[in-house]
Amino acid sequence: MSKDIVIRFLLGGAIVSIFAVLGDLFRPKSFAGLFGAAPSVALATLALTIAQEGSTYAAIEGRSMIAGAVALCAFSQLASWLMMRRELRALPATLLAIILWVAVAFGLWFIILR
Amino acid sequence: MRVAVKPSVVLETRWYEYLVRFVFGGLVTALAGFIAKKYGPVVGGLLLAFPAIFPASATLVEKHERQRKERQGLKGSRRGRLAAGVDAAGAALGGIGLAAFGGVVYWLAPRVTAWVTLALATLAWVAASALAWIIRKKV
Repeated sequence: MSKDIVIRFLLGGAIVSIFAVLGDLFRPKSFAGLFGAAPSVALATLALTIAQEGSTYAAIEGRSMIAGAVALCAFSQLASWLMMRRELRALPATLLAIILWVAVAFGLWFIILR
Repeated sequence: MRVAVKPSVVLETRWYEYLVRFVFGGLVTALAGFIAKKYGPVVGGLLLAFPAIFPASATLVEKHERQRKERQGLKGSRRGRLAAGVDAAGAALGGIGLAAFGGVVYWLAPRVTAWVTLALATLAWVAASALAWIIRKKV
């Protein structure tokens, strides 16, 4: 179990960093922002999940991920609005918007996936 | 506006800023695995789209843009905030791609090998994100 967590940590950290650097490289900023929604955690997780738990388990995670992605769209829109219209700095704006991510993701889980 | 690559930006990022993103990414990935094991794949799958390093990345975008303006003798705080806001708006479009990624995994995982599933899902993310961005630019 602890070895598995270490592997996930290293793999996740590496893939997230690669996508973050890609996001830094591109211009304009709106295009670079696409990398803020890169499937970095998913790639690191699903490769191990399929190997350990099987493909059906991974497919269920993929279905839930669609709900998580809808929540991410709402999160990003709110974070953008808070920074551009309400003049909040990046850290408080994104931390506030995470509350919306939790509400939308678990709301969809409660309504559709549960 | 055309898409361009600006490699010099990588040099603006300090080593500890890379470290922060590595640690946050690693922690969220480990947490996603732990939660999936404890609460099952339905709840665990939600976390695959968690904005893991978004607060750290947005803070960096804001800081780098502010510093760039301040080097030119201008006040950069508003410009930094706007740059981070535009970056976040782009992530909202990327979220459409992420949903496509999840859909492809849901559909293909039981049918083909893991590597084919992940490769095609990543292609779906690229295609859907880029398409959403192009459409948004034209509208």
